Amino acid sequence: MPALELSDVSKTFTMHLQGGLRLPVLRDVSFVAERGQCIALTGPSGAGKSSILKLIFGNYKCDAGRILVSADDKTVDIANASPRAILAVRQRALGYVTQFLRAVPRVSALDIVAEPLIVKGVARDDATARAAMMLRRFNVPERLWSLPPATFSGGEQQRINLARGLLPKHPILLLDEPTASLDAHNRAVVVDIVRERKRQGAAIVAIVHDDAVREAVADISVDVMHFAIAA
Amino acid sequence: MTAPAYNFAYLDEQTKRMIRRAILKAIAIPGYQVPFASREMPMPYGWGTGGVQVTASILGPDDTLKVIDQGSDDTTNAVSIRKFFTKTANVRTTTATIEATVIQTRHRVPETPLSEEQVLVYQVPIPEPLRFLEPRETETRRMHALSEYGLMHVKLYEDIARHGHIATAYAYPVQVDDRYVMDPSPIPKFDNPKLDDCPALQLFGAGREKRIYAIPPYTRVVSLDFEDHPFEAYRHDAACELCGASDSFLDEVITDDDGNRMFVCSDTDYCEQRRALGHGPYNAAPADPQGSSHTGASPTEPA
Amino acid sequence: MTTPDTDTPLLIAKGLTKYYGRQLGCRDASFELYEGEVMAVVGESGSGKSTLLQLLSTQIEPSSGSVTYRMRDGSLADLWRMSEPARRFLLRTDWGYVHQDPQLGLRMGVSAGGNVGERLMAVGARNYQDIRATATDWLGRVEIPHDRIDDTPRSYSGGMRQRLQIARNLVTAPRLIFMDEPTGGLDVSVQARLLDLLRRIVAEMRIAAIVVTHDLAVARLLSNRIMVMKGGEVIEAGLTDQVLDDPHQPYTQLLVSSILPA
Repeated sequence: MPALELSDVSKTFTMHLQGGLRLPVLRDVSFVAERGQCIALTGPSGAGKSSILKLIFGNYKCDAGRILVSADDKTVDIANASPRAILAVRQRALGYVTQFLRAVPRVSALDIVAEPLIVKGVARDDATARAAMMLRRFNVPERLWSLPPATFSGGEQQRINLARGLLPKHPILLLDEPTASLDAHNRAVVVDIVRERKRQGAAIVAIVHDDAVREAVADISVDVMHFAIAA
Repeated sequence: MTAPAYNFAYLDEQTKRMIRRAILKAIAIPGYQVPFASREMPMPYGWGTGGVQVTASILGPDDTLKVIDQGSDDTTNAVSIRKFFTKTANVRTTTATIEATVIQTRHRVPETPLSEEQVLVYQVPIPEPLRFLEPRETETRRMHALSEYGLMHVKLYEDIARHGHIATAYAYPVQVDDRYVMDPSPIPKFDNPKLDDCPALQLFGAGREKRIYAIPPYTRVVSLDFEDHPFEAYRHDAACELCGASDSFLDEVITDDDGNRMFVCSDTDYCEQRRALGHGPYNAAPADPQGSSHTGASPTEPA
Repeated sequence: MTTPDTDTPLLIAKGLTKYYGRQLGCRDASFELYEGEVMAVVGESGSGKSTLLQLLSTQIEPSSGSVTYRMRDGSLADLWRMSEPARRFLLRTDWGYVHQDPQLGLRMGVSAGGNVGERLMAVGARNYQDIRATATDWLGRVEIPHDRIDDTPRSYSGGMRQRLQIARNLVTAPRLIFMDEPTGGLDVSVQARLLDLLRRIVAEMRIAAIVVTHDLAVARLLSNRIMVMKGGEVIEAGLTDQVLDDPHQPYTQLLVSSILPA
């Protein structure tokens, strides 16, 4: 059983506010990600790369097809799972990292990074220690750790979000342009961590525009244009 | 002058029967407030119209009536009610607790222990103990029905939070027969222990609010409290300056314009009986050991 | 970290319907709520969301349908077949109800300590020091200074009142809490603080919650699941982020697109 298997996944948006305009985005998306494998989704902007990640994460509702996520001897079809089952999979097995931090008011950077571990059941002290290591790795100055990141610069927020998203060792990791606008050092950090996770057996689906980064992490490229619907 | 033709004890027989039914129900459900069709009485609310209606309904020609107000037989209120029943029922009246068969009271329980032969009728201004915190009558009734009495302790909690101790000194809430929480009317909490296991029938009448409730003889009555702030019956730490009693509830009386004051028994009958037996201010020590303990019971005891 | 019994729902609503005379309040609402889940119910005024909340919290009796609750001993109880005392006991121990208007949920003439302590005294707590210690602890958890414990909520700001109401509800460690527009009527900055507090406490205590709100931002921040109501019916339900990011019903799309960009 592969860690992740998409078969014949289709997605169409219906815009009721525009007279029921139907906007087909993806048709018959099928690919497989094995443990320890990194799939890079390629294709021009608007081809539906991010939509695929959102479908896998359950953020978009799948119209047709199957999205099988396997971890800990359990397989869940995200396309048909109950909200509760999707939440459980996300908590247990599915990481989703974008470049944008959804800042929560009044929560410190350190707590934001540690939260996914705490939700998974890691003791608060342990989770905080591991979060601190991650923030250090991404060169987030220690004086910022105790502050809520709402007022931080875009770059700092992005690094905090990466630290948060990459900290838990999820068996399946979805990366949406994690390195966009990062400096060379932090790009290297991301590459290091992604390779680490691959060695630990994670299946990874990534959207990476930076050719060098993609070459460094991806095993297979999937061209989304195969599934895109010509507008 | 022609005296108007009153029925015995003023109320007509139908009304008395209605009130007696309410009283019977109240006795059957100790501490429960029974609604009744309170009548207009020839006195204003607050002067004991509830107590008067209860007394009128239970009084018979052979009864001896005592009326006290704050322990005293000779205040306006007590005198008026006594006169009222002398005129409308022509019953014998007394100021001696031991002689009375029916005692109507406002704000006190006599010091002299009561007997099975006696009925104590309380005048009640506000029958609902929960009202202080929950003004909705629909809600307080439901709380009684379901024994949801947490709120009563909130009141005591507030006392301790504000004053460091339970400062409620009057109308101190009690639980009757392990069931209903009841307002004992504004008696000092010093009197609360007298309600417990009392041989006399105790009836409570609230005229304005049209409620009657009761404590049958020998019923368990417990004053609410906290483990770490137990109920305490408070009295001034002094002896009566007239009779020397150190076990009675005392009134503080200002004696002149210089602020001099004295403590005297609030129960005037008790004080007089003791003085008649030779107790006095300098006689507080039990020189005559029989005296103080016998003031009450023996004369009424059947041979 | 798995807790036992998480596979049995905490609350099951089946076909909940309420007519006010001939006027429809809510039709055929069905869902299951599990321990620790936070569900938002959104919709405009008159959509039936408040009716639904009242049906679930047994404040009004449904015209048809049922609400089943898993009691602390694991047994399933049909709430409308329970005796009234048992239902009221549930409401003040295992449940909480946070009103939009804190005056409805608090005793305005009673000190903060008394407000928090009432539920404890209602279940038999009779030690003043213990009650006060617990109340003090809870005031701290909702960020009310300890020296305000003997003040009545009349002297509190709107935000403090709402936080006190939350403490009053949570002191008995309920497993389910109902919230009716918990941040309605508060200033934006006060709202943010309250939401953060609620989010944290609900997560830490693993309380299940049903939050009625017309504010999608509140729903997004607090809830994992969402039900969208319109004209007395649930028209769309699912994961909160899925429904808000990929709304299917015309009305939901309208709701989502009506939010001013932040």
